[in-house]
Amino acid sequence: MSRARIQWIGGPVLKARVSEPFQIHEALAVGEQRLLGEVIQLSGDLLTAQVYEDTTGLKPGDPVIGTGLPLSVALGPGILGHIFDGLLRPLGDVGEHWFRPGLAAARSNEFEFEPRLAEGDEVRGGQVFGEVAGLGPGRACLVPPLIAGRVRSIRPPGTYAEDATVLVVEGEDGAEHALAMQHDWPVRRPRPAAERLSADAPMVTGQRILDTLFPVARGGRAALPGGFGTGKTVLQESLAKWCDADVIVYVGCGERGNEMADVLNEFPELEDPRTGRPLMERTVIIANTSNMPVAAREASIYTAITVAEYFRDQGLHVALMADSTSRWAEALREVSGRLGELPGESGYPAYLASRLADFYERASRVRTLNGEEGSVTVIGAVSPPAGDFSEPVTSHTKRYVRSFWALDRGRAQARSYPAIHPLKSYAEDVDTLARWWQLQGNSEWKDYRRRLLGLLETQARLERMARIVGKDSLPAEQQLSLLAADLMNEGFLRQSAFSEVDRFCSPKRQTAMLRLMMQFIDLAGEAVERGVSPAEIAAMPILRTLQRLGEEFGEADLDSKPQLAARIGEAFHALHVAEENADAR
Amino acid sequence: MHADIMLNHAVTGLEGPLLFARREANVSLNDAVEVIGSEGRARVGRVSALDEETMVIEVLESTTGLNLDGTRIRIRQRPLEMSLGPNLLGRVFNSVGQPIDGGPPVPARQRRRVDGMAINPAARDLPRDFIETTVSTIDLMNSLVRGQKLPLFSCGGLPHDRLATQIAQRARLRGAETGEFCVVFVGIGVPYDIAENFRYAMEKSGALAHTAMFLNHADEPSTQRLLTPRFALTAAEYLAFVEGRHVLVVMTDMTNYCEALREVSASHGEIPSRKGYPGYMYSDLASIFERAGCIKGLPGTLTQLPILTMPGDDIGHPIPDLTGYITEGQIVLGRELDRKGVYPPVEVLPSLSRLMDAGTGKGYTHADHPALSNQLFACYARASRARVLASVMGVDGLPETDRRFLEFGDAFEERLVSQEQPRTLEQSMALGWELLRLLPASELTRLSADQLARYIEIEPEPVEPDPETGAGVG
Ligand SMILES: Nc1ncnc2c1ncn2[C@@H]1O[C@H](COP(=O)(O)OP(=O)(O)OP(=O)(O)O)[C@@H](O)[C@H]1O
Ligand SMILES: [Mg+2]
Repeated sequence: MSRARIQWIGGPVLKARVSEPFQIHEALAVGEQRLLGEVIQLSGDLLTAQVYEDTTGLKPGDPVIGTGLPLSVALGPGILGHIFDGLLRPLGDVGEHWFRPGLAAARSNEFEFEPRLAEGDEVRGGQVFGEVAGLGPGRACLVPPLIAGRVRSIRPPGTYAEDATVLVVEGEDGAEHALAMQHDWPVRRPRPAAERLSADAPMVTGQRILDTLFPVARGGRAALPGGFGTGKTVLQESLAKWCDADVIVYVGCGERGNEMADVLNEFPELEDPRTGRPLMERTVIIANTSNMPVAAREASIYTAITVAEYFRDQGLHVALMADSTSRWAEALREVSGRLGELPGESGYPAYLASRLADFYERASRVRTLNGEEGSVTVIGAVSPPAGDFSEPVTSHTKRYVRSFWALDRGRAQARSYPAIHPLKSYAEDVDTLARWWQLQGNSEWKDYRRRLLGLLETQARLERMARIVGKDSLPAEQQLSLLAADLMNEGFLRQSAFSEVDRFCSPKRQTAMLRLMMQFIDLAGEAVERGVSPAEIAAMPILRTLQRLGEEFGEADLDSKPQLAARIGEAFHALHVAEENADAR
Repeated sequence: MHADIMLNHAVTGLEGPLLFARREANVSLNDAVEVIGSEGRARVGRVSALDEETMVIEVLESTTGLNLDGTRIRIRQRPLEMSLGPNLLGRVFNSVGQPIDGGPPVPARQRRRVDGMAINPAARDLPRDFIETTVSTIDLMNSLVRGQKLPLFSCGGLPHDRLATQIAQRARLRGAETGEFCVVFVGIGVPYDIAENFRYAMEKSGALAHTAMFLNHADEPSTQRLLTPRFALTAAEYLAFVEGRHVLVVMTDMTNYCEALREVSASHGEIPSRKGYPGYMYSDLASIFERAGCIKGLPGTLTQLPILTMPGDDIGHPIPDLTGYITEGQIVLGRELDRKGVYPPVEVLPSLSRLMDAGTGKGYTHADHPALSNQLFACYARASRARVLASVMGVDGLPETDRRFLEFGDAFEERLVSQEQPRTLEQSMALGWELLRLLPASELTRLSADQLARYIEIEPEPVEPDPETGAGVG
C-alpha cells in the first residue's frame, strides 16, 4: 500500500506528497479516521484527492494510504432490501441518528450458500457458482467478470459470511483466486456483458401516460425534467413501486432526507403486484441527501449503476431511478471548481456532456456473460434552474435519452398529475414496442396513440383559436374535439399516485380504458354528425363515469368492461331516440 | 480536551473576510478561531484551508479594525460549537449565540457543532402530525406537518411577517395542548422594528416565554448572517432532540442570507453561478433546511417556516428557485391579491405542501379532506384559465360554465383565501364545500358519487351566518 502525507487541505479536496506510487482513481484512506477518498490528479510527487466525507479535523502531515484499487463497491447478496450511502456503506442498521464521518461499519451478513459447481469444473467470468437460499431476486453468486479457470475447491452448503471465501479458482495463468459470495467492482468501470441487445419490449410502468404515450424500452433510458414541485420524485417512486422490473435501484442524489425515509417507510408495506412479495425485497436505496458530503454525491450515481449492472448480470431486469442527475452535475461542477478547471457553460466543466453520455450509455439490454438476458433501464430526473429546459444538463441529457418526459408547471399547479406535458414529451422506440402490445392483444395501440396525440394537438390549436373567436362559435365537430381532449386528459392521462385504486394501471386495464374512451368519442362524433349538439353530449351522465374511470374501474373491475361498453352504447341510443322524438313532434 | 492556543504576530495578510497566517501551531481544518484585534474585540472565524506553513482563516464577522501586527489568533482546536443548556426559552441572542438581553449566560450542559450533522436518512421518522395554523389556505389547501420545512415566498412590502407571527402564535396540534411547543425566531439582516414587532406580538399572546430569538440586525456585518441560522438551528436541535420539544423555527429573511453568501463567495474570488450566487448555494441552503425533521426514537420535532422575499417578485430567481428545490413545498404570497385587499394574500396555485398527503385524510385529519382540496385546486385552476379568456374577449363571450367558474374564483378569493379571523380545519372545510356548491355538480369530477351526495347535492341550507364570526381558536 502506498503512502502519502497531506500537504494542503481545503474543503473536500486535498493535496498530498507521495513517497510511493499511486494510481489515478485509486481509493484512499485519509487521516486517522481513515476517511474514504479518491485520487483525481497526479503530478510529480503531489497527488490531488477528493474526500467523500466531512474533512473537519484533517491537517497537513496526516497520513494518506492507498488501497491499491480503484474506488470500488462490494457487490453481493447483502445489498437488496437495504439503504446505503453514496459509496454503498449501510445506513440502515447502524442505529445512528446522525451521519458521521467514518460511520458506516463494514456489513458482514451471513447467508446460506448452496454451491452450483464442483471441484474441477471450468469457470468463466460472470458465471453463477452458487446460490443464496431464502432470497427473492438477486440470489446468484457470480464469478467476478475478469476471472476464469478451474474450480480448485468449493465449500459445501452452509452458512457463511458474505465476504468469506467459498470458492477457490485456479486461474488460467496459474494464479489462485479466493472468491466469496460478494466481490468488489470499480464503480467507474462498466461491467462487461457478452453482447448488447436492441430494444424489444417496454418496461411496463403502470402509468397510463407513459405506457400508452411515451413508453420506455427495457434497457432504455428516459429523462424526467421539471421545475421544483412538478412531480419528479413522486413519479420516480411510483415507477419504483409498480414497474415490472425485477430489481429497483433508487438513488437519492442530493435530494431530501424525508424522501428516502418515505421509501424506507412505505416499501416494506407495499406488495409487488406480480409476486405478492413486499416491494422492499426487490429494492436497493442509495442515499446521498443534499446535506451529505458533496463529493460522495458525484460518486453515488456510479455506485448505483454499478449495483444495477450487478443484478443485470444475474439475468434480471433492473430499473435505476436517479433523483436528481442535476445535483450530480452540480457536484461535478463544484469539484471541478475546486480543482481550478476552466469552467464552461453555466460554470459546468467541459466534460459534463461526455460524463452524462457515459452514464446513460450504461443503460442496456444484454446477453450476460452467463448467457442470460438482463437489462438496466435508467430513468433520470433533471432539475433545471427555473424550469428552463435550455440549460446545459437538460439539453445534453436530451441528446442521450430515448424517452423524454417533460413535466409542466401549469399541469402541476392544476394538480393534474402526472404533470407530463404530452406535446413536449416524446419516445423514440414506439415502432419497436408496438409489437409487444400486439402480443398483449392490443394491435390498435399505435393507432390509438396517434389518435390520442392528434387529439391533444388539435386541442392546443383550437384553444388558441377559441381565445379569439370564443368557444361557442367554433363549429360543432371542433367543440367536440375539445370535449374529447378534455375527457382524455381528465379521464385517462390523469392518474393519482396516492389513489389506492388508480396508482397502478395494468396494460390490460389501460387497453380497456382506452377502448371505452375511444368508443365514446366515436359515438359522440357520429351523434354530432347527425345533428346532436356538443352541449347535449357534455351533459350526458355517462361522461362523468368516464371522467372518473381511473377511480371507478379498477383492476378488480376489468370484467365489467362489456357492461360499461353497453352502457355507453345505450346512452347514445337514448340520445338518438330523444332526438327523433323531438324531430317527430 | 484540547486546549486553546494563542498565536501572536502570525498574521501575514488580510483580504476581504480572509486572513492569512503562519501555521505556528497544530491546527486542523475547520478549527474554530477567535481573531482578536488590537482593540481587544474577538471575532469568530474558522480555518478554511491550510498547508504545512500557512493557513487561511475565514473571519465570519467584520474584519474592520484588524491589522497585521496587532491581531492575535486564538485557536480552539475543535470546530465551531455552541454551548447549550436549560432555560434557552425567553432569551434573546445575537448571531453567534451570545445573550444580548442582559440576562445571565446559558449554563453549558452540552456543546453542539454549529454546522450540525446530517440526520441519517434511515433514522428519519416520517413527518405526519398535522399542525393547525388556523389559516385556510394552509390547513385546507397546503397542510403543514410537524418536521416539515415550508417556506413563505413573498415580495417586498407584503404582510409575510404578520402571517408568520400569526402562525407562530396560533399553530397547534389538533386536540392537543400546546404542551412542549416552542418557537425559535431567527432574524437575518432584519430591521429592528421587525424583530421588535415579533417580540411584542409574542409577548401579547403570552408566547414569549416559549420563544427564543436570534437576531442579526440589518446594520450588523453581513458575513455574520451566515452564522445566525446555524447558531439558531443548533439551539433548536437542542430544544427538539434533547429537551424533547416541538420547535417551530421562523427564519426571516433568507434572501438576506443568500445575499451575504454571494458577497462572501465573491470576496473569496470564487467562480459564480447564476446571477453571481455561488454554485454551492443549493448545498449550503440544504445544510440549513435539511435540519428540519423528526428522528426515530427521539421525542421532539423541528419544523421550519423560512421567509424569503423574491427579488424582482420573480419565483424563477435563484433564491426562491433553489429553496423550492430543497424545501417541502412553498406558500406563495402575491402582490395582486394584496392589492385586492385579500389577507393573507396566498397565491394558492403555485403554493404546495409536499407532505400534505402524509398528514391529511383518514386517520389524520378528515377522510374527505384530500378530495376536497384536490377539487378546489382543480376548480380554481379552471377559474384562472377562464379569467385569462375573459380578459381577452370579455365575460360575455364566455360559455355559461366558464362564467360559473369565474364566479367561483372570485368567491374563493373573497371568502376562503381572505380571512381576518382564525378558522379551525372544520370551518375551512365547510367553507370549501359551500364554495363548490356554486358550480354544477357535473364539473366536480374529483369527488366520488358519495361525496357529491353528502356535500354537494344537498338541500340548500338556510343562509349561514358569516363563518368568520364566532370562529374561535379551539
Ligand atoms: N403522480 C402524482 N399523483 C399525485 N400527486 C402528485 C403526483 N406527482 C406529484 N404530486 C404532488 O406534487 C408534489 C410534488 O411532487 P414531487 O415532490 O415529486 O416534485 P419534484 O418534481 O420531485 O420536486 P423537486 O424537484 O423539488 O424535488 C407531491 O408532493 C404531490 O403532492
Ligand atoms: Mg423531487
